Amino acid sequence: MIRPRARRIVGAVVAFGLTALAWEAFARSGSLPPAITPPLEAIAAALAGMIRDGTLFVHVGYTLARIGSGLALAALVGVPLGMLMGRVRSIERFVLPLVSVLSPIPSLAWVPLFILWFGLGNTASVALVFYAALFPLILNTWTGVCAVNRLWIRAAESMGAGSGAIFRHVVLPGALPFVIAGLRQAFARGWIAVVGGEMIAATRWGLGWVIFDSKEFLNTDVMLGSLAVIGLLGLGVERLVFAALERRTVERWGLVRGTSA
Amino acid sequence: MRHIEIAKVGYEYAGTAGPVTALREVTVDVATSEFLCLVGRSGCGKTTLLNLVAGFLSPTRGEIRISGRIVTGHGLDRGVVFQDFAQLFPWRTAQRNVEFGLEMRGAGAAERSETARRFLRLVDLERFAGAYPHELSGGMQQRVAIARALAYNPAVLLMDEPFAALDALTRDEMQRLLVDVWAETRKTVLYVTHNVAEAVYLADRVIVLSPHPGTVVADVRVALPRPRDPLSLAFLEYQRTIVGHLGGRG
Repeated sequence: MIRPRARRIVGAVVAFGLTALAWEAFARSGSLPPAITPPLEAIAAALAGMIRDGTLFVHVGYTLARIGSGLALAALVGVPLGMLMGRVRSIERFVLPLVSVLSPIPSLAWVPLFILWFGLGNTASVALVFYAALFPLILNTWTGVCAVNRLWIRAAESMGAGSGAIFRHVVLPGALPFVIAGLRQAFARGWIAVVGGEMIAATRWGLGWVIFDSKEFLNTDVMLGSLAVIGLLGLGVERLVFAALERRTVERWGLVRGTSA
Repeated sequence: MRHIEIAKVGYEYAGTAGPVTALREVTVDVATSEFLCLVGRSGCGKTTLLNLVAGFLSPTRGEIRISGRIVTGHGLDRGVVFQDFAQLFPWRTAQRNVEFGLEMRGAGAAERSETARRFLRLVDLERFAGAYPHELSGGMQQRVAIARALAYNPAVLLMDEPFAALDALTRDEMQRLLVDVWAETRKTVLYVTHNVAEAVYLADRVIVLSPHPGTVVADVRVALPRPRDPLSLAFLEYQRTIVGHLGGRG
């Protein structure tokens, strides 16, 4: 198991190295003004500056808090709603058309309206994450409840489980692989929504806001540095939170095969 | 003493081309602690009959009584083992699967754990108490399922081709184990299979069903001492008789 893993790491290092080299060559070629194509050194210096004065951590903190609360609210609403849809036909018939129409609308298309409704600031960003995260959670949970093996329910019934016990001991854990997949998708969509939303709706802090604000002063090094942080953070949460959650639950139960490194 | 009484039971369901009669006028009595096999070709309604006794379905004619009481739904007086390995809960260890029925009955943690251990020992899986189902082989999973169906102490064990998906060697082993478990627990067993040799090996009595609609065509008492030798002449003679009732070449 060590060799394929080592090979993957080497592959990643080579890919990033070559991309960095290509960027460096392009940045120093002078085909675009140096002010808008900063070399790696300048990007690193800008990041180091933000780390030293601590602003980077505040930006990251705001962005994470916004996506965290948006995701939590979406899970609080979406998971129970998806469960109900899977169990009660009339609720499914009522909710599904709404979800089907609202789900394809990109969350960022709501930004102007959300600003009018909630004003600039945290509320608009959180609402945006909530919107982006809600539908994958509803749809995946609903699918998960519908996909629960009938045999588990029969077995539980034969052992005297009532409908409440079946829901708690069979439907809930049985649907969990789908709920976790839903959380993953919700995070991916929420991450796009929070950065995009902060660009327009945030007022002083947040990774999206930093990028947009840097445009005023042509601070392309700060912009690129923040982009790198956004990418790394997204990957980090995916790997640390969701992969760990899967390892502890559905992978351990053999419901999905391991995909994490 | 009659434990299960199946009296003139019929079952009809709505098919795509009108109502289909799956079972007609089926009458079978099963004595307490008797091991009864239901044998028939696929589509003869043997699984339907088992599901009726389990209470997953209700007969459209006739009635089924267990210990004198009419069956109206599933109950803790019956334990069910299915063919599909997937019947175990993947998110519970073997031990916690076996505890499920006791948990539903409201038993305390100590009693649950002790009882589950005892039944895992009975199917020779005590060492695997902490394993999740996907870590166990098919035969081991079916053994856990048997332990789980027995742990809450039902008087009747209903089994729907529990070993049909196993390889031949494992199946032989499982049949021996089941006979031992039955001898020790003295449950009344209703066992569905399409495998004639399996039926002769396991059963006190073999009921042969014929399809379209499912009706009882033979009731064969297997008067062989246990453990039975599947290669003995008497064993083969029983097989020949039952295959004859099934309408095959005997």
